[in-house]
Amino acid sequence: MEEQKLSFVGKSFERKDGLIKAEGRAMYAADREFARMLYAAAVRNPRPRIKILGISDEKAKKVPGYVTLVTYKDIKGQNAWPVLDLDYPFLPEKIARFAGETVALVVAETQRAAKKAASLVEIEYEELPNIQDPLEALKPDAPEIGGTTDMKNVYAHFTIQKGDVDKAFEEAAYKVEGTFKTNYQVHGYLETQGSIAIPETDGGMTIHSTTQCPYYVVDGVAAALGITYNKVKVIQTVTGGGFGGKEEVPALVAAHAAICAAKVGRPVKLIYSRKEDFQCMSKRHPGWAHIEYSADKEGHLTGCRVKYVLDAGAYSTITAIVLFRGTVHSTGPYKIPNIDVKTFGAATSKVPCGAFRGFGQPQINFAQESLIDELAAKIGMDPVEFRLKNLLNPGEMTATGQKLTSSCGLSELVEAVRKKSGWDKKVNLHEKKGHIAKGIGISTCYYGVGLGAKGRFLDRAGAMVNIYKDGSVGVSVGNAEMGQGALTVFAQIASETLNAPMELVKTEEVDSSKVPDSGPTVASRGTLMGGNAIIEAAKPLRERLFKVALDMLIDKGGTSGKMIAHDGVFEMDGITVSFTDVAKEGWNRRLKMCEEGWYVAPHVSFRLDNGQGDAYVVYSYSADIAEVSVDTQTGVTKVDKIWAAYDVGRIVNPMLATGQAQGGILQGMSWSLFENLQYKNGIMVNPNFTDYVCATTKDKPEYDITFIEKLYDEGPYQAKGMGEVPLIGVAPAVANAIKNACGVRIDSVPLLPEKVWRAIKQKNAAKEAK
Amino acid sequence: MKNEEIIHADEDGFFTIALNVNGELGHMIVSRNETLVEALRHYGWKGTKKGCDTGDCGSCTVLFNNKPVLGCMMPAVAAHGGNITTIEGLGTVRNPHPIQQAFVEAGAVQCGFCIPGMILSTKALLDKNPEPSEADIRKALDGNLCRCTGYVTQVQAVRIAAKKVKAMKKQQEKLAAKELAAEKRKAARKTAKKAAKKNK
Ligand code: FES
Ligand code: FES
Repeated sequence: MEEQKLSFVGKSFERKDGLIKAEGRAMYAADREFARMLYAAAVRNPRPRIKILGISDEKAKKVPGYVTLVTYKDIKGQNAWPVLDLDYPFLPEKIARFAGETVALVVAETQRAAKKAASLVEIEYEELPNIQDPLEALKPDAPEIGGTTDMKNVYAHFTIQKGDVDKAFEEAAYKVEGTFKTNYQVHGYLETQGSIAIPETDGGMTIHSTTQCPYYVVDGVAAALGITYNKVKVIQTVTGGGFGGKEEVPALVAAHAAICAAKVGRPVKLIYSRKEDFQCMSKRHPGWAHIEYSADKEGHLTGCRVKYVLDAGAYSTITAIVLFRGTVHSTGPYKIPNIDVKTFGAATSKVPCGAFRGFGQPQINFAQESLIDELAAKIGMDPVEFRLKNLLNPGEMTATGQKLTSSCGLSELVEAVRKKSGWDKKVNLHEKKGHIAKGIGISTCYYGVGLGAKGRFLDRAGAMVNIYKDGSVGVSVGNAEMGQGALTVFAQIASETLNAPMELVKTEEVDSSKVPDSGPTVASRGTLMGGNAIIEAAKPLRERLFKVALDMLIDKGGTSGKMIAHDGVFEMDGITVSFTDVAKEGWNRRLKMCEEGWYVAPHVSFRLDNGQGDAYVVYSYSADIAEVSVDTQTGVTKVDKIWAAYDVGRIVNPMLATGQAQGGILQGMSWSLFENLQYKNGIMVNPNFTDYVCATTKDKPEYDITFIEKLYDEGPYQAKGMGEVPLIGVAPAVANAIKNACGVRIDSVPLLPEKVWRAIKQKNAAKEAK
Repeated sequence: MKNEEIIHADEDGFFTIALNVNGELGHMIVSRNETLVEALRHYGWKGTKKGCDTGDCGSCTVLFNNKPVLGCMMPAVAAHGGNITTIEGLGTVRNPHPIQQAFVEAGAVQCGFCIPGMILSTKALLDKNPEPSEADIRKALDGNLCRCTGYVTQVQAVRIAAKKVKAMKKQQEKLAAKELAAEKRKAARKTAKKAAKKNK
């Protein structure tokens, strides 16, 4: 009866929230004010690991505007933050496990008074033994400092076993091995964490929070206050960046604000300073990996052994899910028949690490893709040729024995960047101008979209679509806008399904009381899950409206019965009606104009004992080629250009997708070259943007981005997920390019000038010795 | 503003300063070590953001006597007697400034937290240098950290903005010229009428 080409999906609509933000009118958490609002500030643990003997506010009391001290005694609910495990107390009673941990809070009339008073609160303590190095933590004689599994100081461990690895290595024609390390990465979202808690008359609490996961905030606040979920309402404020950093920890910040607000009976605002944000909010886990690959005479990969350790910090939070992702992807996007992978999330006495764009993959991808280049070199093969020979193609099996059935364009991606970058010519060029050496390097990656087997209990999402009397449309979702463009992409998906003009569709920021728990907005699952939920909600509305439109067109003289719906109009035999008219007529007929949708991700069949089965429902893919200039006298590396190709399914909004890609590449480059968080004796040394360096405009490389859209039928308009792949492959591509430029392999991130410089010096010395 | 207006401190160490924010002349009561960004935000100019407190991120950038300054590095008292433009002072809700439009058009806005600062840095740049090169742009925006974008869209945004601002200026000049001409004509008509009366 009807035909519809895509009118809204696949087009570069401007962001819905663009102008509001450009005019400075967007209301972030810190911008919101409420009558009689008080301010909270945290009292932080000054040492790595302490036994708390007492907390005194004697001096703090004298600060004008001081209201009260809040400690664990004020918690009316459970003093254990519900994440995956329950090891993280909202406020510690006896032991604080890392420097910077919130030990108590102070409430005061002004922000300034709260900060001042907090600095005057005295903690009496005894120092306890602590561990800084995750490998130390895994040793049998290490003191016990944490852990949530049967192994001491371990929050999670996984394994993948396939084939006969020992035999593979025995029979191998070529073998390589290497140990690689990566450092922390700080999210550096420009808006720091913050929450406002407003007590309601029924004993409930309304929270305004900057977050990617409003439903985690509901969990945290309900638990801390000991109240039922229907009394907690979380409203997501305009969120100034997330990148995973606003996944789990906003629940902690919000719970702290809520505990304070419940005690004083007035709204309480808690906004983090940048320094505090560095010291106690989540980070990308530092990674350590030892990898071995084996190959046969023709250069086919035959075996892979991996030992991978993440430095998880003082509490478990979501380390298990992060490590799971790292585990599944640890051998790289290759077909390898024999595999032995063992991974561990180790406790240390440092800041607890959590979600960060890439989620445990960038660390291992750096290690594994660096080593693949070494193997190719050993065999005497071009890195691109070697990859093409071994990459996963549709119909083939991943490390976990998952058969890639649909939507896999990895080889095509490699061919695309190879051609565009002029790889074949450049790779043997080793161009040198004075002391500047140019080089080129490649990396590939695959990325399981969504939460996968380890987080499958969370993999569902809801939406509500409401068509108003005037034909405007409200879309409520449970997945959050944090800068990536979700509000716009969701509106496009709703527009497409309803044939409603974009300007009539508004997506709301998340309000937890409107849409059921939709899980977190992480793991590149926003578009896939939220989008599908919207389609579920909009489908019945679409049926109704399209019927009405057909009637109206026939009434107006249409005879053929062939209706075309496009760009917000319905057409038959040259006669048209607009979406607005159809919607109004729907209301006249008293049709149901509001629907809810619910989408559940397909089941994944993964088994934890041997690590075999389907780990994720679908994968996105990337290939990156980096071109660098290395100053061989100083070791300074400059990334000149990145060619990247992605298969992320259908691109819903090319402008937004390109923006995400560029941002991801830059963040990946910044991590691989500059970002270097340091601890000394258990204390963070550089918790600020002065000494923790992020890339700025002057470091910007050139980008060349290609999307190869392998459509995924389960996805909303065949989209997969986009947020993370752009970051993952950058570091190994850069490291491989440095090797190509000046012959040195740097085995740890960041690829600092001193490391490059030292390696070059060593190489020259070795050459001279010969 | 006139210099004679004196800042005075009360016994609690609060100062009353006078300044012009976005064309609104007014007073602010600020404490000795309060920064300009804190004072502005306290008085409702929430468009100015605070991303670091250490002068590293640029999100607190405002224009002080038409020059970009970091609001977190400037004591509020030092703003006494000055003219300040924040992001709210650039366009109006109904009629955004061309730089604001350019940032949206170029896709340079993601989470938006860095954007007010970026836009004010751009304004300062274009005031000085209406046709900046890529190097000029990169230099002017180097103090504005953005964690979402890859910075290309912002460089593009400044280019588009430069064109738009130029077009706007031309338009304004045209309008001004038209008005001038209209006034002249009016005056001429008046004198002609007067002369005609006299002649009667
Ligand atoms: S807040 Fe002023 S530069 Fe960051
Ligand atoms: S748009 Fe998010 S920091 Fe620039």
